[in-house]
Amino acid sequence: MLTYRAMSHDGITVSGLVREFKGGIRAVDGIALEVQPGEIYGFLGPNGAGKSTTVHMLTTLLPPTAGSATVAGFDVATRGPEVRRRIGAALQEAALDAFLTGREHFELQGGLHGLPKAERGARAVELLERVGLTEAADRKVGGYSGGMKRRLDLALALVHRPSILFLDEPTTGLDPQSRSALWGEVARLAKQDGVTVFLTTQYLEEADVLADRVGIIDQGRIVAEGTPQALKQEIGRSSVEAIPANPDAREAIESVLRRFGEPAAAGPKGVAVRLEGGSESLGDVVRALDAEGLEVAHLQLHAPSLDDVFLAKTGRSLEGAEEEERAEEAVPS
Amino acid sequence: MIDREALREIGMIAGRSVRRTLRQPALIVPVVLFPLMLLAINASGLDVTKKIPNFPADSYLDFALVVTFMQGGLFAATTAGTELANDIETGFLNRLQLTPLRAPAILIGQLAGAMVVAFIASVVYLAVGLLAGAQIKAGVGGALVLIALAMLVALAFGGLGAIIGARTGSAQAVQGMFPLLFVFFFLSSMNLPRNLIEADWFRTIASWNPVSYLVEGLRSLVISGWDGTALWRCLVTAIAISIVGFAGASSSLRTRMART
Repeated sequence: MLTYRAMSHDGITVSGLVREFKGGIRAVDGIALEVQPGEIYGFLGPNGAGKSTTVHMLTTLLPPTAGSATVAGFDVATRGPEVRRRIGAALQEAALDAFLTGREHFELQGGLHGLPKAERGARAVELLERVGLTEAADRKVGGYSGGMKRRLDLALALVHRPSILFLDEPTTGLDPQSRSALWGEVARLAKQDGVTVFLTTQYLEEADVLADRVGIIDQGRIVAEGTPQALKQEIGRSSVEAIPANPDAREAIESVLRRFGEPAAAGPKGVAVRLEGGSESLGDVVRALDAEGLEVAHLQLHAPSLDDVFLAKTGRSLEGAEEEERAEEAVPS
Repeated sequence: MIDREALREIGMIAGRSVRRTLRQPALIVPVVLFPLMLLAINASGLDVTKKIPNFPADSYLDFALVVTFMQGGLFAATTAGTELANDIETGFLNRLQLTPLRAPAILIGQLAGAMVVAFIASVVYLAVGLLAGAQIKAGVGGALVLIALAMLVALAFGGLGAIIGARTGSAQAVQGMFPLLFVFFFLSSMNLPRNLIEADWFRTIASWNPVSYLVEGLRSLVISGWDGTALWRCLVTAIAISIVGFAGASSSLRTRMART
């Protein structure tokens, strides 16, 4: 199998990066971050937080309003062509041509990157096999499933052997099996080939499983950054979530739980608190619910999650933030 | 100066454009069929027009044949604008922007694709016209010039379509332009020579309408032979529209492609 290793200077450095749109809207509001060569950096945040705008700036598709960023050692604002030669990108919309086949996409993309014809063919064979699309290679992309399109998009981003890969929500809309397969490929690229990966996601699990380090962005600002483990340890305490057996008892259960800690992220049917006394106080919680005669259908102790980190830093849960943004989008300003 | 690398890029974009178009019968069929249907209707229904004193052609089929080339050029050009807008809408333009591809190559490639479609359509129009009994007074050379001019007309209209496509990024907006351009067609000497148009206002508009000079140049090859005046007017008009269209589309695409 053909493999390649990235160079040691293939990292990303961002300082005070701002992107302002018409009407003074600051989609990205002075972010700073550093991604080491060969690292998978997860950029986590709800819809509209500024993730894609950041990716567009770092991939030279959008000039920054202020601040600076270097990718592979080149300034994105002034050295666009050099940056583009060294990066691959699979953007949010898997922009493929429905009327071309998978192989024809490689022919076009490889050709535009200046690969000789023979190399384009060999690269297509290698990458199509790697993402499991060999059999579908000569079918028009219009007939591909969402997962196949995403895998082709990823493979196309690798055609010119980039040292830095930008993946903008690469698994949105994929079924769990396709998602897992894509995670495996991204992890392999970073670990075996040394490719630096900048990955945006709104999935907590994705950031948790895949990223070496995570930056959490909300309303254009990075609110937390570190390894998933360190971020969770920073929050420290476990949370308990209770799903009432009787939905009418929800408020009463919430009232009992509040005696043991502050609110935490919960599913739509549940209520949760972060336990001030840690996991050891779970027994007290059960006894208190029992003493009040409150029945729960399900009681679960959660180790701290990235959603807890998001909640602690922004006062909202990640899912709640998305719902809020959707509501804001629905209301004309 | 266009170097070898640029030509390769243009070739790849044009190749994709042609391949895409040929794989969408809904784009090809109207380009070929509608102008021929209109020709069939007009040639049979308006043949009596040849009896008007000073009518310049032996049959209305000869007179109207070049209208198919004009309409075909317009269809092909609308397709070019629509395809460019589609690339913007779907994000495919971003994919292209992330390669070293130079911006003008995208535009030239798309327009080259439109010209190839116009070439294919023109060959069909000519073949059908000759089979139906049309005669090209300028002979085989004239037929070749006719096809070349039809491709130039497609390029001219293609630039206009690409302006709308690049500026709006909306395929619907480009398609919305189509009826407007069709009005320009009908307000020209497309259906009747200018000297036979009785209404003063119509004749005045037709005389100012660049479409008239395009039609008359193409038509001269069929009904008159080699008419230098008609041909240079057609050539200058087509080149002028092409330059305006290309400059406008380049500027719009540059604005759209904000890459650093």
